[in-house]
Amino acid sequence: MSAEKEPLFSKKNIELITGPLGKNNPITVQCLGICSALAVTVKLEPAIILSISVVAVLSLSNVIISLLRKTIPDRIRIIVQLVVIASLVIIVDEILKAFSYEVSKALSVFVGLIITNCIIMGRLEAFALGNKPWRSLLDGVGNGLGYGVILILVAFIREVLGSGTITLPMLGEIRIIPDVIYSWGYENNGLMLLSPMALLVVGLIIWVQRSRNKELIEEN
Amino acid sequence: MENLLDIFVKSIFIDNMVFAYFLGMCSFLAVSKTVETSTGLGIAVIFVLGITVPVNYLIDKYVLESGALVWLDGSFKDVDLSFLSFIMFIAVIASMVQLVEMIVEKFAPSLYTSLGIFLPLIAVNCAILGGSLFMQERAYNTVTEASVFGLGSGVGWFLAIIGIAAIREKIQYSNVPPALRGLGITFIATGLMGIAFMSFMGIKL
Repeated sequence: MSAEKEPLFSKKNIELITGPLGKNNPITVQCLGICSALAVTVKLEPAIILSISVVAVLSLSNVIISLLRKTIPDRIRIIVQLVVIASLVIIVDEILKAFSYEVSKALSVFVGLIITNCIIMGRLEAFALGNKPWRSLLDGVGNGLGYGVILILVAFIREVLGSGTITLPMLGEIRIIPDVIYSWGYENNGLMLLSPMALLVVGLIIWVQRSRNKELIEEN
Repeated sequence: MENLLDIFVKSIFIDNMVFAYFLGMCSFLAVSKTVETSTGLGIAVIFVLGITVPVNYLIDKYVLESGALVWLDGSFKDVDLSFLSFIMFIAVIASMVQLVEMIVEKFAPSLYTSLGIFLPLIAVNCAILGGSLFMQERAYNTVTEASVFGLGSGVGWFLAIIGIAAIREKIQYSNVPPALRGLGITFIATGLMGIAFMSFMGIKL
């Protein structure tokens, strides 16, 4: 072992996890994984379940590709990456089916979405192909969490304004806007349930994030 | 012939991949900075969609569907391989994208560098897999119909990315709040275009 071996949780490695939660967020800064952010954020529950599965698939596939990175020929790397992702997604699906059938039923539609979620292949291309397994694992966990945070935030805003409820796994639907406000003439904003509004909500989140963090502001 | 024209127009405007289904958003938002790069990516997407949809149609028809293997041997008539469709479609798409990447790298190196990571990401551009899955779901009758649908979807995506790139080039001259510049205003512009495209919904051809 070399003398200058860095500790497992060195400052540089911790940054791999905290970076994607803030100034290097996959959705708002790197622009990855947007399609699913639009498709599953009408209610909170699928957003939470999808975030957890993306964290699992992303960190595992990052580790596997990082282990294989020196043996994959450059010309066929896309196919190899997709095979790894697709098999992992199928494994996650089978595990869910075996141990918690209810969650798997709720998730079934989104399995295909994870395979084509560009955040996974984006991180494989940009990070795992050039880094050691441990760093890739941290990068996967960090990016998965950063993705989940935005997903859950958007889903929360859309569900509260659109249907006046929040839906949590295990707990079911909870009405959080009291009836008395409805009797004063408040109406749910049905527009929030349409997909274009998810784009506008993400746009507003980007606005808030960038006005707090000036270094992210783009030129034009 | 009239039927093919219907499918073509429908897949460009009414069932537009970007504005009606919000597929292929990531590269749509990230690469649309200038009209020139968007044209390159748009043509690559038309090419990949135009080839993968008919190829996947043939695979679906002659290998995957329930009873599709009868042409090999009569005893296969109960075999249903449709659970393999995700993996088969993805494999076809991935190999096509790898081919496109090699061609672009060889013949247009400047385009290759400006597309960066988003060229290999065409493989996971949901519009491409979405095209194949819609083709399976809508059960087109002939391979011609499937290819027209693939081409039409590609053209629709191409027009959408050219549109947003043109808007972004114009937006440079207006006074956008600093924090909203770049990605933020693009999200909002796309959302507004999406709302506008909703007016095509319900048109029957």
